Amino acid sequence: MRRALVLAALVALAVPAAAAAQSGSGLYSENCLRCHGPGGSGTPRGPRLRGVGAIAADFYLRTGYMPLQSPGDQPTRRHPLFTPAEIDALVAYVASLGKGEPVPKPHPERGGIPVGLRLFTEHCAGCHQVVGEGGYVTGARVPPLKQASATQIAEAVRVGPYLMPRFPKTQISDRQLDSIVAYVEWAKHPDDRGGWGIGHIGPVPEGLVAWLLAGTALVAVCVVIGKRNEA
Amino acid sequence: MSALRRWIVAGIVLLLGRGRRPPRLERERIVPAGEPSPRAELLVLALFGATAACSIAFVVVYAVESIPHQTQFLGLSLGLAFAFLAAALIVIANRLVVTEELEEDYPVPAHPAEQEALEQLVEESGDRMTRKRLLLLGGGAAGAALGAALVTPALSLGPAFEIAPLFRTPWRRGVGLVDERGEPIFAHDVLEETFYTAYPVGADREQLGAPLVVVRLRPADLHLPAGREGWAPHGIVAYSKICTHAGCAVALYRKPTFPTLEPRPALVCPCHYSTFDPARGAKVLFGPAGRPLPQLPLFVGPDGELRAAGNFSGPVGPAWWGVRNRRPS
Repeated sequence: MRRALVLAALVALAVPAAAAAQSGSGLYSENCLRCHGPGGSGTPRGPRLRGVGAIAADFYLRTGYMPLQSPGDQPTRRHPLFTPAEIDALVAYVASLGKGEPVPKPHPERGGIPVGLRLFTEHCAGCHQVVGEGGYVTGARVPPLKQASATQIAEAVRVGPYLMPRFPKTQISDRQLDSIVAYVEWAKHPDDRGGWGIGHIGPVPEGLVAWLLAGTALVAVCVVIGKRNEA
Repeated sequence: MSALRRWIVAGIVLLLGRGRRPPRLERERIVPAGEPSPRAELLVLALFGATAACSIAFVVVYAVESIPHQTQFLGLSLGLAFAFLAAALIVIANRLVVTEELEEDYPVPAHPAEQEALEQLVEESGDRMTRKRLLLLGGGAAGAALGAALVTPALSLGPAFEIAPLFRTPWRRGVGLVDERGEPIFAHDVLEETFYTAYPVGADREQLGAPLVVVRLRPADLHLPAGREGWAPHGIVAYSKICTHAGCAVALYRKPTFPTLEPRPALVCPCHYSTFDPARGAKVLFGPAGRPLPQLPLFVGPDGELRAAGNFSGPVGPAWWGVRNRRPS
């Protein structure tokens, strides 16, 4: 509720500003400059943006990660504060601040889901968990990947938002990235061959559920066996 | 050891050398006398024997690693041992112990007289057995064999005497670091804000001491323990990838995008979230690990490739007893 109110207030602030200045630099001055400094030079409240490229700006703005309500918060997925046109203008402005990578164009159709599963297990599942359900790492929540678009997955791998490490092309090639994107897209609606998904909570809790069911059955059997014979 | 032998000898003497009890006074029976049933006794003995045989089979399957489908046979032998034991107990209860149905409750064991009556009751219930001592021996043998089978897997908890192999690692001064594909790792290819897995060139990667996790930090941010000067060329540090808590692979790297406000960089084990600080010699920041990850000193070779400058700073692998205080060889 509080978040919604703050969001509404920010939108109310942003709308007249947008009407006045649609330019990227204008939007930047209104919304980003307080933490990221003039021309993306960085301040103690926020990192430098020179050289981060369109890729980082596109990711942080389209996921609603930025702007943050308070500089110390962990960015979380929200409805983006800006319209797509405003985001385009801001991304172009941030990209113009320094040399950086452009927005990637993944091709999940060129990748393979089995390869993607293997790579996801190797590089991503430690934090993002079984089928990208999200989890924890010490000091932060790890977001689920259900709402991440193909482009956002590719951007996150290359940028490494918040506490995530970035994976340069020497670590994960573009081809491998296509497979990872294909797998994550598939994992949004996995077919549970083993039976119930039980919320994809992972093998240990699934085992506990099995024990619970088996335990109940065993108690039932014991009750039947232990019944006194009525002569 | 000699104390144990004395106990065993004493036990055997006690079991075999017991004299016959003095003839009991004739009392009025509480429990009706039952017919002896030698066939049921034989059956019980056979079942006890089968229990012991299955338990011994479990130990044998456990010991002989060349047996195919070992896990399934282990389960089968132990399961059968319990099934035979249960069958023996069922036969004893149904065929050898005198049973009767009483309208009233048994006397409450409150007064000496009633207690005596209860003892008599128990004794008389066993009256049908003709070969009590043999049955006791059979039951004891089955129990002992089963107990031995249950204790055997404790051997897997780790070597108790021959622990020298735990301290062996493939790293020596000059051994090159290679990636998963076996390509050498060059210092200028190692970037900040990400992490790499490395292995010793030409060595078995399955060894506990082989895998490394390599990260690059800004040299100004490094605060390695005293005596490790020059271990991190260009800020590149290498630690054993095997967590010192339970031996999982340390597969997570927590990398702050904006270190001023976000948690500091850390290597995290996904199993129980042990968190290590790569800038401070992998000091434990959080979690159950009892000691830092061992660090491998590095130097940059003539072609810019990363090489080990020696062996680890401490023992590699999970923190079982006795491992803490020795250097690897």
